[in-house]
Amino acid sequence: MSRRDFLLRKFLLSLVTIFVVIVINFMLFRVLPGDPVRSVIGRNVRISAETQQALREQFGLDKPIFPDQFIDTIGQWAQGNLGISWSLRRPVSEVLMSKLGNTVLLIGLGQVLAIFLGVTLGLLAGWKRKTAIDVGALTFSLVAWAIPTFWLGIIFLAAGSAWFGLPTAGIMSPENTGKPLMTILPDLARHLFLPTLTLTILYLGEYMLIMRSSILEVLSEDYILTAKAKGMSDWQVLWRHALRNAMLPIVTLIALNLGFTVSGAIYIETVFSYDGLGKLFQTALVKQDYPLLQGAFLLLAVSVIIANMAADILYAVLDPRVKES
Amino acid sequence: MNENWALFKRNLFEFWKAFRRNKLGLLGGFLVLTAILAATFAPLLTPYAPTEVIRDVNGRGLTFAPPSVHAPLGTDDAGRDIWSQLIYGARVSLAVGFLAGFIAMFIGSLFGILAGYFGGRIDNLLMRVTDVLLVIPDLPLMLVLVATLRQMDLHVSPLVVLVFVIGLLYWTSTARLIRSQVLTIKERQYVARSRAIGAGHVHIIRKHILPQIMPLIVANTVLIISTAILIESGLAFLGLGDPTQPSWGAMLNFAFDRSAVTNGAWWFYLPPGFAIVWVTLGCVLLGNVLEDMLNPRLTAHHLESNQNMIAIQKREGE
Amino acid sequence: MTVQPLLSVRHLTTEFQLAGKQIARALEDVSFDVMPGKTIGLVGESGCGKTTTLMSIMRLLPASGRITSGNVYFNGIDLLTLSEHEMRAHRWKEMSIIFQGAMNALNPVMKIGDQIREAILLHNLMPRNAAEQRVGELLELVGIPRLRRDLYPHQYSGGMRQRAMIAMALACSPDLLFADEPTTALDVMIQAQVLELLKEIQKKLGLAIVLVTHDLGVVAEMCDDVVVMYGGKVAEYGSAELVYNQPQHPYTQRLLEAFPDLSRSIDSSTDLATIPGTPPRLNALPPGCRFSPRCHKSMEICTQIAPDLIAQNTAGNAQHLAACHLLNKLEIKNS
Repeated sequence: MSRRDFLLRKFLLSLVTIFVVIVINFMLFRVLPGDPVRSVIGRNVRISAETQQALREQFGLDKPIFPDQFIDTIGQWAQGNLGISWSLRRPVSEVLMSKLGNTVLLIGLGQVLAIFLGVTLGLLAGWKRKTAIDVGALTFSLVAWAIPTFWLGIIFLAAGSAWFGLPTAGIMSPENTGKPLMTILPDLARHLFLPTLTLTILYLGEYMLIMRSSILEVLSEDYILTAKAKGMSDWQVLWRHALRNAMLPIVTLIALNLGFTVSGAIYIETVFSYDGLGKLFQTALVKQDYPLLQGAFLLLAVSVIIANMAADILYAVLDPRVKES
Repeated sequence: MNENWALFKRNLFEFWKAFRRNKLGLLGGFLVLTAILAATFAPLLTPYAPTEVIRDVNGRGLTFAPPSVHAPLGTDDAGRDIWSQLIYGARVSLAVGFLAGFIAMFIGSLFGILAGYFGGRIDNLLMRVTDVLLVIPDLPLMLVLVATLRQMDLHVSPLVVLVFVIGLLYWTSTARLIRSQVLTIKERQYVARSRAIGAGHVHIIRKHILPQIMPLIVANTVLIISTAILIESGLAFLGLGDPTQPSWGAMLNFAFDRSAVTNGAWWFYLPPGFAIVWVTLGCVLLGNVLEDMLNPRLTAHHLESNQNMIAIQKREGE
Repeated sequence: MTVQPLLSVRHLTTEFQLAGKQIARALEDVSFDVMPGKTIGLVGESGCGKTTTLMSIMRLLPASGRITSGNVYFNGIDLLTLSEHEMRAHRWKEMSIIFQGAMNALNPVMKIGDQIREAILLHNLMPRNAAEQRVGELLELVGIPRLRRDLYPHQYSGGMRQRAMIAMALACSPDLLFADEPTTALDVMIQAQVLELLKEIQKKLGLAIVLVTHDLGVVAEMCDDVVVMYGGKVAEYGSAELVYNQPQHPYTQRLLEAFPDLSRSIDSSTDLATIPGTPPRLNALPPGCRFSPRCHKSMEICTQIAPDLIAQNTAGNAQHLAACHLLNKLEIKNS
């Protein structure tokens, strides 16, 4: 497969997946009981039957669901018009955008730490197979896998606040809002510490396991023997020959894990009352705020799909075998 | 009794003999088995009904009481016994996990066998469907699905909704695994021979393919069940469980919502989590050991330290 | 003045630890010499210890492998007494190796030229720009245009990859080249080209080659000396001419019958004899001579006592040794 075909295929797959997400989202929107007009203006607003009818026509809700309404809805979504949140009475897109930054900050920190530590430890574990490092790493990732994200968060929350006096909610202390970033950094760090720690520990195990099995596979390849035969030390072999080859599956994993990362954000932001998309998602769920729920789902799903495609492109750049036939 | 199944039975016996020596596998089996037993004999193991409020001499509910002789794991915010809730919660968590796991296993195995055996368009379709499902973030999808389904007037328990949503979304990895296994079995001599003498598809799948992939399906199911239990606990924690039949996740939801953390009621929020880890760890250990035994992984590599490569005794004068 | 051997393997014994604490003796008492600028062939069926011999000499055995006795003298130094650090300096600089499948032996995500240059730089032989120059020369030496240095292994054809592997093996101008079934994975046409290339290079650079193969035709064409191995032991050892024309060990005789004679025309429909049975598993070696279960001349003693290598009477100083009780009959009768 040529590189162009590879990327084209991945691109088409992403398009299809986005389409599937849109269809799911659209259908769920329609199967809800009650008049869809409500989803636009809110549930508890009193309106007369005539106004309701007028609104129906205005939003095209009197037209057939497929294709007219479907195409119309996609058009609206494409313009970033995701409806009005029932509970917050604000446009969904505006609400989403205001929370996006916080979540990206949390996920980004957790991922970077987890990838760095996970890859390093996985490398050591695979290289020094069957030693204490390896057994320790395996045990750790096994337990990390079996622990529910939110429960670990609750334990850290309880321990952190009781023993270390760390804040239990939010991203910064209320008195610090609006102050310049430099002055509130320590406060920010104190708030971010526990959620980031939880995220890192959870993802660490996964990266470690994959890196371990990846490096094990690479180290049993013939070109590693060639490198040793050239007179290289183990470190040189690892650094120059094994690492890059072993990293390739990790790139794909990081992409595939983005969905998993989003799950983590929902749990952890809920536990730590962290003001991001995950917490927003949970609030929408509890308050049965469907426009917000679906808007958030659309945003999360499409971001993950696009990030996935980005990882595929990165993979194609890193692995010369994808370049040409 | 077909000879392949007889072989399967003999293999199973050999398997048990090898498994018995594997400490991790036995530990996993022990963890899972105790949980199942606790769920089965819940009424015998609990001093109270899970909904019963324990009252003091004045008739007031014994709320947020730490562990004592009256309530071995303390009480919750309404004065109900945590231990009893925990044991009855095992029924809910395990039932949802096992049922969802079985649904996922059934769909996954069916699609995997069909795709692997028949190939062509079915295979292509399956791979594309799994490709798509793999990329959509699963928790948001499930939350939206469950939330919507609950809003519709389906007249079913929220737990049934959970079972089906989890079961219908978690079959893809099983399908891929089974598919690749079937692909290799299909190429083997006796299957080709069987086809050549005119055996039907159903016959070949039943007599040749199924007995071979059965162990793999079992190992995979155990792993899927652990995932399903974890997912259920998460969804219940986010408030999508059945409040009248609390699972371990729903217990944690109550604990968190009713400020068990700020009240320092560790006996409220620790036990359900331990219970979840108990079962999922058990399943993972069991599943991994089974998988490893069926499908041994790499045994050595080129950088494995070999200080003893030269085992010659030092010569004199050195 | 006699020429000293470049490599002298003495009584090399290597064991592998198998699952369940079983020990497999992969090599036992293997001895042979490699003279400077000459080619020696290691011949035998797969699993007879050819590759293990190379890996033991270069000390690249997997973790389960252990050299339990013997010496490997290279230019008079016993490699088995060196530290791993000292050993590294010998690898590639003085002895390099070509593996069977060049596709797998080359790093898939590294440019061919970089892989060759890496070997030169690793041993600090010359500065970077001179090394780059040398990469070009090496590629041209094996018949690959310089410009192709920037391609990746998967962009080369099978034959080209093996040539690139040879260029890489020559990077540090070694005195000794191990070639482990260098042509097995290639088309017949390409096989001939690669062998021709090896010969040419040997003539030009004067290095010694240890050629591991199961193809006696290749040995006949390339080698000065032959070591025939069976079940981890040397069955017969001598100059190629003697081993070919007067094979002493029944195994060698059978091997020679099993392979088509290159001097005969290919289309002559001579029936190729095959050796019944399979080589012994190294953890379940038969007592006595290891070939005895498959030997058409097996006697009672063969199943009880392992034969020693016995020197054959040869004209001049040519060497010829074989391990078979048949050659020993007189002694047994006399004793």
